[in-house]
Amino acid sequence: MDKIIMEHGSGGRATGELIKEIFEAQFDSDVLSEMEDAAVVPGDATIAMTTDSFVVTPLEFPGGDIGRLCICGTVNDLCMRGAAPKYITCGFILEEGCDIEQLRRLVKSMAATAKEAGVKIVAGDTKVIEGNGGIYINTAGVGFVPKGVDIKAKNAQDDDVIIVSGNVGDHHATVLSQRMGIKNTIESDNAPLQEMVGKLIENKIPVHVLRDVTRGGLATVLKELALASGLRFEIFQEKLPVSAQVKSFCGLLGLDPLYMGNEGKLVAIVPKEYAAQAVEIIRGCKYGENACMIGAVNTPENDSEVGALIMKTEIGGRRFLDILQGEGLPRIC
Amino acid sequence: MEFSEIVDFLRNYDGKPIRLMEVCGSHTHAIATHGIRDILSDKIQLLSGPGCPVCVTPTAYIDKLIDICLEPNTTVTTFGDLLRVPGSKESLNEAKGRGGSVEMVYSPMDVLALAKNHPDREYVFAAVGFETTAPVYTLLLDNAIAKGLSNIKILTALKTMPGAISYLCDNGAQIDGFIAPGHVSAVTGADYFNDLADKYSIPFAVSGFGAKELVIGIYGLVQMVINNQPQVKNYYTSVVEQGQNDIIVSQLNKYFRPADVVWRGMGIIPGSGLLLRDEYASFDAGSDGLDEDNKRNKACRCGDILMGKATPKDCPLFGKVCTPMTPEGACMVSEEGACFNNYLINN
Repeated sequence: MDKIIMEHGSGGRATGELIKEIFEAQFDSDVLSEMEDAAVVPGDATIAMTTDSFVVTPLEFPGGDIGRLCICGTVNDLCMRGAAPKYITCGFILEEGCDIEQLRRLVKSMAATAKEAGVKIVAGDTKVIEGNGGIYINTAGVGFVPKGVDIKAKNAQDDDVIIVSGNVGDHHATVLSQRMGIKNTIESDNAPLQEMVGKLIENKIPVHVLRDVTRGGLATVLKELALASGLRFEIFQEKLPVSAQVKSFCGLLGLDPLYMGNEGKLVAIVPKEYAAQAVEIIRGCKYGENACMIGAVNTPENDSEVGALIMKTEIGGRRFLDILQGEGLPRIC
Repeated sequence: MEFSEIVDFLRNYDGKPIRLMEVCGSHTHAIATHGIRDILSDKIQLLSGPGCPVCVTPTAYIDKLIDICLEPNTTVTTFGDLLRVPGSKESLNEAKGRGGSVEMVYSPMDVLALAKNHPDREYVFAAVGFETTAPVYTLLLDNAIAKGLSNIKILTALKTMPGAISYLCDNGAQIDGFIAPGHVSAVTGADYFNDLADKYSIPFAVSGFGAKELVIGIYGLVQMVINNQPQVKNYYTSVVEQGQNDIIVSQLNKYFRPADVVWRGMGIIPGSGLLLRDEYASFDAGSDGLDEDNKRNKACRCGDILMGKATPKDCPLFGKVCTPMTPEGACMVSEEGACFNNYLINN
């Protein structure tokens, strides 16, 4: 059989075969293979937990697929609290008619990404619903936070610097290009970020804030952080890393790279004296070669600057940035 | 002249107050994006005119789209920013929430595949835009005819610029110079504005959209104002020619005729719209006569703002009742809208 049918979600033989042939074959985990109702996992540390659902179209795109995405998304959410990601669960909602060979590829991609990120897939669930062959995945993750690590949005302080780990907008531009049938060489950046976070912590960089740049883009993330801290965030337009391809794609459609999502980039806010070292560490990691400092955090000079995100433009003007309004879609004119 | 000298001049200008209007939504957006107001002297004021197609769409048009999307077997297809524009009672997004069939597309050409794959449904495209966007709808119609697709229609709210600029000049908008719409000029050519410059003795600068291009265009316009030179100067020569693009203009003339249409907050402006010619009436979803323009909130001053008679901050709703998440008027909906951009700058 090459398509998912309702029977695959029955809980009976077809479900069992699907799990054995597709999921268990790839998710090589001693915990998962016990097939218990809940996974019992070892560990005695401060625990970070998160969950996320993935509904991307198309399911496969240059640079990634929904399988890699669902692991990276959850791994990265854990990392942003300074946690080392350890365990992941996955729930599949499959629409009737979905292609089993494609499902096999996506599951294989999940397994490879989990291996790369150093996490075990320890529990899962499958449901089949009526529909048109879609695949939706929910993942939940558990990670352990090392002693003494306290990374959270409101921790930004006066005189900190803002670092971004690479070019912004790549994932969003890739997915939009695919949906619109626009041919280009843009690839999604979807990647797990545990290496760069782990190295920052190992090297005793006193990281105040971490946040992965996903939906809403860099501007939305930074504005949320500015509001959380009540400080003044200033970034410099000429320092923003955007690839030439993404820049021209955005120009063509009237989109703003500052509001384009990524799936493998983070923002780190660290004390100024650690800035150069932090950039060097991130650049030394697999997905951080274009990391750079893009701005600074300061005490507001007046009430209008409390929680403000201000961009100094290349011609010396100022642009106040807000969170993304609406859906970040191409404009009419 | 070095660019830095131009910036210094504009920053330190201390002559008579100058009011310039950009009549292109993309210029409004670019001016905000590049922080250009921030480098201008207080004596040079930039006003955002009626150049955002979404902002000048009357409520009757939105209401008609809502009626259509609630009809059985009919889908309204549209660009994303039209979804949130308030009609007299609700937006397309709200109508969608109560069962209306509305599909957001990235290009009018996306409708061709939808119509082919679902021959039992009728697809109505919300054809909003100016001289720049209108040619795309002629391509859609060309393709629909070539492919024999009879389940595609358009509801037009297409508008042309000269009538609106005349209306502003005739109705007390005190403007010293226009930053001419760059995208429109790419279709019509810079000479399109010569008659207006002569009639109203007012200068026009055709400008590009990059930060430096815009600053240079504004500088040129300020110089024309100071030196009393009511001319049209083209500072966007990489894209805009003096004369019109004959191929596009003949496409527009093939499908559309000029018509008297309503601009949101400004009323009917003679000859300022494009409606389908009678021979293509079978593609029309009922565009003629959508003249009602009922504000959802009577205090909304979008009309005055579009005419340069008020700034967003003069509106009692601005930033309080009316925000990008809860827009009362169209100027707060689109990224090209004066209120939307002003809200972002101040928040």
